Parts: sequence; structure tokens; C-alpha cells
Amino acid sequence: MFIKHEKIEKNVGLMMVLTLIVVAIGGIVEIVPLYTIQSTIEKVQGMRPYSPLELVGRNIYIREGCYTCHSQQIRPFRDEVERYGHYSIAAESMYDHPFQWGSKRTGPDLARVGGKYSNEWHVAHMVDPRAVVPESIMPSYAFMLDRPIRTDDIADHLRANQIVGVPYTDEMVENALADLLAQANPDADTDGLMQRYPKAVVAAFDGDPSNVTEMDALIAYLQMLGTLVDFSQYRADDLRQ
Amino acid sequence: MAVVSSMPGAAEHASEDREVIVYNEDVVRLFVIATAFWGVAAIAVGVIIALQLAFPVLNLGFEWTSFGRLRPVHTSAAIFAFGGNALFATSFYVVQRTCRATLFGGPDVARFIFWGYQAFIVMAALGYVFGITQSKEYAEPEWFVDLWLTIVWVVYLVVFVGTIMRRREPHIYVANWFYLAFIVTIAMLHVVNNLAVPVSFFGAKSYIAYAGVQDALTQWWYGHNAVGFFLTAGFLGMMYYLIPKQAERPVYSYRLSIVHFWSLIFLYIWAGPHHLHYTALPDWAQTLGMTFSIMLWMPSWGGMINGIMTLSGAWYKLRTDPVLRMLVTSVAFYGMATFEGPLMSVKQVNALSHYTDWTIGHVHSGALGWVAFISFGALYFLVPRLWKRERLYSLRLVSYHFWVSTIGIVLYITSMWVSGILQGLMWRSYDSLGFLQYSFVETVEAMHPFYVVRAGGGILFLIGSIIMIYNLVRTARGDLREEKAFVTPQAAAAPAE
Repeated sequence: MFIKHEKIEKNVGLMMVLTLIVVAIGGIVEIVPLYTIQSTIEKVQGMRPYSPLELVGRNIYIREGCYTCHSQQIRPFRDEVERYGHYSIAAESMYDHPFQWGSKRTGPDLARVGGKYSNEWHVAHMVDPRAVVPESIMPSYAFMLDRPIRTDDIADHLRANQIVGVPYTDEMVENALADLLAQANPDADTDGLMQRYPKAVVAAFDGDPSNVTEMDALIAYLQMLGTLVDFSQYRADDLRQ
Repeated sequence: MAVVSSMPGAAEHASEDREVIVYNEDVVRLFVIATAFWGVAAIAVGVIIALQLAFPVLNLGFEWTSFGRLRPVHTSAAIFAFGGNALFATSFYVVQRTCRATLFGGPDVARFIFWGYQAFIVMAALGYVFGITQSKEYAEPEWFVDLWLTIVWVVYLVVFVGTIMRRREPHIYVANWFYLAFIVTIAMLHVVNNLAVPVSFFGAKSYIAYAGVQDALTQWWYGHNAVGFFLTAGFLGMMYYLIPKQAERPVYSYRLSIVHFWSLIFLYIWAGPHHLHYTALPDWAQTLGMTFSIMLWMPSWGGMINGIMTLSGAWYKLRTDPVLRMLVTSVAFYGMATFEGPLMSVKQVNALSHYTDWTIGHVHSGALGWVAFISFGALYFLVPRLWKRERLYSLRLVSYHFWVSTIGIVLYITSMWVSGILQGLMWRSYDSLGFLQYSFVETVEAMHPFYVVRAGGGILFLIGSIIMIYNLVRTARGDLREEKAFVTPQAAAAPAE
């Protein structure tokens, strides 16, 4: 064995090729089956791409590094299911580019935070977390209240998602801007929005319907988290991977 | 067989007899300065965000100074700026000496690598502060920064391999195997994990190619091997050069080096799924990741033993040579962290430790104890040699640095063990009526004293690194501090060539 190793030690090309082969194996064996084994993503009803406003909110969530303190992945333990709700399944993040499962819970898990608190609570909490939860160590995000979101490139965002495999239809892309504005305005005609994005929450999230702010978008995202799949329809066996 | 390549010193002495080889030391000096600078910067940002967790008012209310934006600045500065520059500095120094060849490509290409890499760091860090991030941990830079790094990295690979091809030694020295594996594997991980579709050519935002569970595993395949290859394989290259040189003893076992190298790089790649225990990742992948993580304990300790046992017959030098003490302690911390890692990869242990500060403590026993300490040792080794000084300005200051930093590490990791296990247990505890005993925020409140202690540990570590900077600057200026030698007179001879 060591005689042969001398050959490798004297030939940098050989060493490089062998190294690459040796380090490639593990990744190939672990990652490729996630695409080829059909049961990896559970078959459930209700999953849909993010509405344009939710997508903008999600991008703010990413921008602020929320994932550095909040997970979005409930483990199948009694305490987690009681604290946060049904354990997370793979299908729930099938349109997430990138995933936001997180690795640290300095703050609570947010996988099912949707609908748990009112919009008003979220606004108050984002503006001054300690006004609502005195022991909180979360930073303040008051600046989002005054900052309008960029809307002119929203169709491009949907198109980029189309390319990476999110099933946005051409109709969704065409109506992206209208849907975005409608979701933040309780007086708007939301029939098209609700048909394209069932269960979307429509509201003047930050209390001001006159303009769409980063606060509107972020809260629209938080309010839909974990709400799309109706788990009362499924038994544990249905969710087996 | 391979006697020449098991003793790095042989090459240097031989070169003096035959022909004069002009090594490119300019670029190594630049990387050494950058290592010291970014090291202090990374630790300082770490102290700031540690204090933010203890005292949230320190987020200051500006969007640019919130924990969420500064945390990637800290991690990237520590891994890529501090660790990365240390790897460039030592790999360029080591590959030239052990091959008895000057850097392939000449000084301009070397300077491009230096400034190109610093540009990557600055683009990445400014991006985080202004909210430009992919949110994939340790792969946060957006697509245009990733492309730039890819160019710099390919040039690095060409220069490194080109230098090896020019070698005047028949064998490639073991340190270079590890450096080579680090460069090749990081290239593979970086390119695959960062595949993305930009929203527009002139915009920063992109959407990553993978979704959900596949993205999660691709990310942690990358993330764990950023640890395995950037922070381990590359630094093992450092170990295989620096410890034999500083101890003036050959590597303990040549055979163990071979087994260590191939088993380490093969097994490490599989360990990623242990970051995703009990998530929506299929069970088979979790179990596979756990199994390989436990197996990984063996090559890790094989490497540790090879490093530490190199001191056979030279143990007394630990008393008199604080630089060697720092290097050997780093390998001891490596052994500790690589025992704790497999332990935490066991699903039942991970059920408690995951999402808690235990993970943060584990990372820092590796990052502070192993990566930072061996890098500090490398700086103490390199500066007198690169600036052509007789010895370091002060060995006493090295010793102070060592002890202040070691106490800092101990405070850091013990406070994180306590806070992590405490919080994990609080989350799952029930009262006598069968209700969850603690609300989430009660568990946050309970963390406060440990966050204060942790920040204190970080401050000590920062003070230690500032002592080092002072010592290195005085050394580079050519100052020599008059001081009493340690116990035996060998200490005085330590830094001489």
C-alpha cells in the first residue's frame, strides 16, 4: 500500500484527481437520492408559491438575518409540537429558495407563527420588541415602518423563481404588481389574488393602507408561515417519507 | 522512503548548499499582516455581537448594526478573513520551502491573489451590513461576490499546483497534501452550493438553484465541510509543517499521515446531515450523516496524535517555548472539539443540543482553541523569519497572550455548555400537571448571566490578540525586549533558523 502511495506523493496531478474523487463520493450518495426518491417530498394539498407581497417580505426576512436567531423547522418532539404546532414536513419548504430552517433558536421557532398574533401585535413588536415582551433581546426594526418597498422589479423576482423551478404561472407573473398592491389594501378587489394565492392574508398590515412598506411585506410573510397545509386531513402514515 | 518529505527542515538547509532559491516572501508578508488585522477585527465583532445578546440596547436601533446583519460579518471575518489569510500565508510559505521552488506565476499573480481575496472580504462584509446576503450560513455572499471568489480561487489553485510541479524535491510534503485537498474541495463546495439565478444583471439579489430539503442538505454538505476543509484540512497542513519545525523533530508517523489524510477527507464529506437531525430531511440521510460523523472521530484523533506525538523527545520545550505551547495546545483543542463533535452528532444528544448555545460553544472550542491558536502560533513563527529578525520581541508576551486567551476560551465554552444544556432542558420540561413548564421568553431570560460571561471570555481573547499585535509589530521593527529566559536556556534559541 505504501509503495503505491509513493507514486501519488510524486505526482501532483494524480493526487489532485484522487482527492477530488474521494471527496465527491459522500455528497453524491447523500444529495442525489433527495431528487430521485419520490417520497422525499410528501404529497400534501395546499402548498403554493409565495404571493408577491409575501415574497418581498421573505426577502426582507433574509436580508435582516432573522435566520441567525429564528428557526423554521419544528422537530417531531412532544414539547416542540405543543409549543409550536405540527412538526414541519419537507413539502412545506418545497418552494423555498433558499430554505430558512435555521440552526439556532435564540428566539422562538417561526415555522407556524402565521395567525398566532395580530398584525397590530407584530407592528408593535417589530418597532420595539421590549414594549411587548420585556425580556426580549431582539433588535428593533422600526425603520421598516417608513420605508416603501421596491415594486417595479417584482415580476423579475417571480421570473427568476420560475427559472429555479417554482411553479409561478405566466398569469401570476403578469399580475405580480397588481397582486402585490391588492394584498396590502383591504379595499382592493382581491378575487384574482385569492384565486392565485389561496389563504393569502389581506390587510393594511402596518395600519396605513396608503403605501406598501417593508413592515407590510414582512408581516404578510410572517402571517402565512405554516398555514398552508391543513394537517387535520392527514394521519402520520400519510406523511411518511 | 520519504525520509526527506517527513522533515520539512531538511529542504531549507539543503537549499543553502546547492543553489540560491529566491522565495516570494513579499506576498507571504502581506498575508501575515492581513491575518493579524482581520483576526482582531473578527474577534472584535464577535465581542460586539456577544454583548448585543447580553444587552440588546447595543443593537443601537440602526439597521446596519443589528445582530442579524453583524453575525455574518463576524463568522465570515473569522473563517474567511482571519482563517483564509492565515491559510494563504502559510500555504505559500510552506509550499515554497518544502518544494524548494519560488511561487509559480511570479509576483504579479501572487499580488493579484492577495488583493483579489481582500476585495472579496470587503465586498462580502459590506454586503452583509447593507443587507446583501443569500442567508446560507458561511456562504452568505451574493452571486457576484461568489463569481469573483471563484476567479481568485482558481488562480490560487494554479499557483499552488504550479509551484508543486516546479519542486526540486521528489516527494510532495504531507502539509501540501492537506493544503491541496483544502483548495480543491473548497472549490467544489463553493461552486455547487452557490449556484443561483440573479434577478437582474445589475442587481445584487439572486434565488438559489435548490429548494427546501435539497437546499438544506446541499447547504450543510457545504457548511460542515467549510469546517472540514477550510478550518481543518488546511490548518492540518499548518500543523504538519509548524510543529515539526518549532519542535525540531520529524513528524511522529509517516504511515499515520497517509491513513489520516485519506480517511479524513473521505469521511468528512458525509457528515453534513448531522446539522439536520429530526428535521424534514429523510431519516436515512440523518442516520448516514450520524454514522459517518462518529467514524470521523478516528481520523481526527489520528491526526491529533500525529501532531502531539511529534513532540516525542522534546516535551521539555513546552516549558521554555510558549510558541510551541500555543501550537500544541491548539492540537489539544482540536482533539477536544473533534470528540465533542461526534458526540453531538448522535441523534439523541443532538435532540438536546441542537438550536442551543451548546453548538456555539462547540464551534468556538474549534475556532478559538484550534484555528485561532494555531494561526497565532503561525504568526509568531513567521514574523521573525519574514522580517529577518533574530527572534520575537518578547516571549514573555507570548506567554501572557497564551494564558489570557486560554482563560478566555475556557470561560467561553463552559458558559455556552451551561446555557445550551440549561435552555435545551428548559424547553422540554413539564410541570406536574403536564403543561410545558417554561414559556420561551423565560428560557431567554435565563441565558443572560451566561451571555455576560461569554462576552467576558471573548474580551479576554481580544485582549490576548492585541498583546500579540503589539509583540509582532515590535518584532517587525527589530526591537528585542530584554527579559529573563524561561527555566532552561533553550528558549533563547527557539526562533532562530
